[in-house]
Amino acid sequence: MQTLTQRLANPTRFMELSQWLLPWLSGLAALLLAYGLYLTFFVAPPDYQQGETVKIMFIHVPAAWLAMMGYMVIAVSSFGLLVFRHPLADVSAKAAAPIGAAFTLLALVTGALWGKPMWGAYWVWDARLTSVLILFFLYLGLMALRSALDEDPALAGKLTAVLGLVGVAVLPVIRFSVDWWNTLHQPASVLRVGGPAIHSSILVPLLVMAAGFTLMFFALHLKAMRNEILRRRVRSLTMAEVERAARLEARTAE
Amino acid sequence: MEDRIAPDADTRPGLTVERLAVERGGRRVLSELSFEVAAGEALLLTGPNGAGKTTLLRTIAGFLAPASGRIALAGSSGEQPIAERAHYVGHTNAVRPTLTVEENASFWARYLGGSDGRVRPALDRFGLASLAAIPTGYLSAGQKRRLALARLLLAQRPLWLLDEPSASLDASSTRVLAGVLDGHVAAGGLVVAATHLDLGLARSRELRLGFAAGQA
Amino acid sequence: MNAFWTLVKRDLLLALREGGATGTALGFYLIVIALMPLGLGPDMQLLARIAPGMLWVGLLLAALLSLGRMFDTDQDEGVLDVLAMGPLPLELVAAAKAVAHWISTCVPLAILSPLLGLMLNLDLAAYPVLIGTVLAGSPAISFLGGIGAALTLRSRRGGLLIALLVLPLYIPTLIFGIAAISAVVTPPGSLEASLLLLSAVTIASLAIGPIAAAAALRAQLG
Repeated sequence: MQTLTQRLANPTRFMELSQWLLPWLSGLAALLLAYGLYLTFFVAPPDYQQGETVKIMFIHVPAAWLAMMGYMVIAVSSFGLLVFRHPLADVSAKAAAPIGAAFTLLALVTGALWGKPMWGAYWVWDARLTSVLILFFLYLGLMALRSALDEDPALAGKLTAVLGLVGVAVLPVIRFSVDWWNTLHQPASVLRVGGPAIHSSILVPLLVMAAGFTLMFFALHLKAMRNEILRRRVRSLTMAEVERAARLEARTAE
Repeated sequence: MEDRIAPDADTRPGLTVERLAVERGGRRVLSELSFEVAAGEALLLTGPNGAGKTTLLRTIAGFLAPASGRIALAGSSGEQPIAERAHYVGHTNAVRPTLTVEENASFWARYLGGSDGRVRPALDRFGLASLAAIPTGYLSAGQKRRLALARLLLAQRPLWLLDEPSASLDASSTRVLAGVLDGHVAAGGLVVAATHLDLGLARSRELRLGFAAGQA
Repeated sequence: MNAFWTLVKRDLLLALREGGATGTALGFYLIVIALMPLGLGPDMQLLARIAPGMLWVGLLLAALLSLGRMFDTDQDEGVLDVLAMGPLPLELVAAAKAVAHWISTCVPLAILSPLLGLMLNLDLAAYPVLIGTVLAGSPAISFLGGIGAALTLRSRRGGLLIALLVLPLYIPTLIFGIAAISAVVTPPGSLEASLLLLSAVTIASLAIGPIAAAAALRAQLG
């Protein structure tokens, strides 16, 4: 029984902390997002070329940023699991994958919607968009591998962590190769967001939205981690039950 | 075949397991398990299904990392990992059906650091010499098992880890196995075998594993 | 090193004995390339222009087919347990298996690719580059593929899962491989730069592949 307590010791502290933190985090995220959306729709000026469609950017850019940050969370968690065997690392990696994938999908969909008025097509093989698509594939791979091993969660965690780290090692190379491929086929990207030239009436709402999205990501991540810990507790309680039955059987047999 | 394993008494290999705990799939299978096996000794692991016999063997072989505790194999080549100084014969036979008996054996001999010269005597010993050129897929379960056991003689290693070695063997093959094990022990080797059948060894000690407990 | 080549030789012997895999990959490559003109129409100019890309994509898919066998059958028979008892660290076991896969699958595919190039009206000047890029780039297919094969050892639906895990990792090889041939077929483009980048990707995967595959194998020994 000592092992069960040992196993839960650290997660227990996490559960207490996260229970206190979660309402604050969610509340702050909601406030920032509300303010950011207000700025987006009522303060930020329409672009002189793109008109109102430029406002898709205030969703698209933060989503794309979180798509990458989500993968970094997975990579750091994977490292924590494989190197330090931290009990929460696998929980964190597992919880981050679907959330990161959702933001990646959001970035792709908003990118496509923005692309229609900008480029005249829903999908253009722009280097950035292509990289995000490949990132989405990596997320799908992580989730598929984990679900394929669901009868052995400990093994699934370790193997997914290996894949997560391979992904993070290969991602820059993929990114570079896609850029290279893109310049080979269509020089000069149509869109360049970023750089200091951006006007503050656009920059401020963008930063507020990015902050709101980031807090929302962490609120969702924390909640998903809590759910996962509860799921694992149910699992170990069920296993303890089975073990007790087996022990009783063995005793009566002797 | 019964090579002297450690002529020098000081460097005779001995297996020490101290306060070993192993977890599998979040379940503690072994805990606080301590025992020793001296050179020239055979230890039989017994106990009910799920008591952790296979887990213990796989942990000693180095396939599983212990949750806590220590496993050490003393001896002249102390720096080498245990895996490279042990043979492991598990439930599966590790033979490929499309390779012949001799090809399977000589691959393992070369891979495990033995030599081709050991192949024929090993096959002879287990009564497989006449089948040397036959693809392993044609062999019966007992013949495949004997081929797996012949691996023990293909490379010289002091510690033998055996999981139900006599499974699917008939009485006469079990006697051959007992002879090989006795020979290894007599030459100063170590045997740790999980079994629920009587192997018929000349001398052996028994370690009974219970549920999540290790008592000798 | 002796044990390494012993293992490579055994895997090659098995590939020869258990035959099917190489033949299936070659047949698959042929049929994928034959389907393309049927889908795109027999416009010889168009085919010549897209031939490098089609040949590389077809080759990737064909090589993918046999990846599942790299460790699978060994796991079934418990061979992996005994391989782990040998003098080779699992990293080198994984590398040996990738080398054997490369020789038994990628090299035959590389040899077939010029023939398929004929069917696609690929410029004759591109043939040496085609074979060169395939030989320089395909070790990455085997070594990165080994990661996928090791990760999916225990999972049901292994075959499709490998494709999902491994194909994104192949993108740099694909891009630089095609760029090198395109540099010859449809200038401008730098042949030298593409070939160097392609080789760099291959060398990097020679390092990453065995380390990651061994980590995956080690987790599954237990």
